[in-house]
Amino acid sequence: MSFTLKKQGDVVVVDVEGQLIVGNRQELKQKVLDELEKGERKFLIDFSQTGYIDSSGLGVLVSLSKKIREHGGELRLANLNDDLQTLFELTKLDTLFQISDTRERALEGF
Amino acid sequence: MSEHVGHESPRLRADGAAGSGHAPSSHGTGSSRAPRGVVAMDVEIPSDVNEIEPVVARVTEYCRTLHLQPRLCSLNIPVALTEALSNAIIRGNGEDRRKHVHLRTTVSDGSVVFDVTDEGHGFDMSRVDYDASDPEQLYAEDGRGIFLMRRLMDRVEQLRGPRHVVRLTLNR
Repeated sequence: MSFTLKKQGDVVVVDVEGQLIVGNRQELKQKVLDELEKGERKFLIDFSQTGYIDSSGLGVLVSLSKKIREHGGELRLANLNDDLQTLFELTKLDTLFQISDTRERALEGF
Repeated sequence: MSEHVGHESPRLRADGAAGSGHAPSSHGTGSSRAPRGVVAMDVEIPSDVNEIEPVVARVTEYCRTLHLQPRLCSLNIPVALTEALSNAIIRGNGEDRRKHVHLRTTVSDGSVVFDVTDEGHGFDMSRVDYDASDPEQLYAEDGRGIFLMRRLMDRVEQLRGPRHVVRLTLNR
């Protein structure tokens, strides 16, 4: 499991390779916060290679979303499989994030 | 006699419908006797959160051989097990690598039962619930673990005997 960050226009796109769970959530959090510190404000996390997320992973996404918003930025999510979509609906976190089917759609109008 | 605190709720349906809310908790006292069935896997890991994913992958892989509904193996089991192991390692054993967490999988015709045992005293799970309609909880970083276990399993019980056990039951 690892996280790859790259710039697409003025958006930092984070690819999550593997599960986002209690063992690696801090790594994701730190990487995104480092970019926020450097002045980046637009973030997209792509979950096309992720099977599941646990409550710690969901919590980190909530925390990052709050921090990014406090800095005037935005965090969007893309490519959630059916299981991930269900997790967001169960916890009602689908109401908190802008979630897109594809990376391209998420980047539109960002 | 061991204390037994259980929680039954309608599990997430296999078609993915999230449903709404869940039944009130059921609490009571009882024994921590072994569940019916055959012990299919017995695994012990040190209290390190990095140990969780490989174990969950092994158990999930085994569960696929039971021909359960695919979603149970891709979502319900891995997420609920990750939550139970994570609670045992962090809350139960305080991430002390000298302490261990034991996971036993028992299979019968009617169910798959996961017993997660730690070396701590546990905490009262019946007092914890996630209410997404409360904005404070919706925006909280923590607090969804037990909620997810309850929604993804058919029964979640806390057994306090000589050891603290969280028992997750999935009906087949």
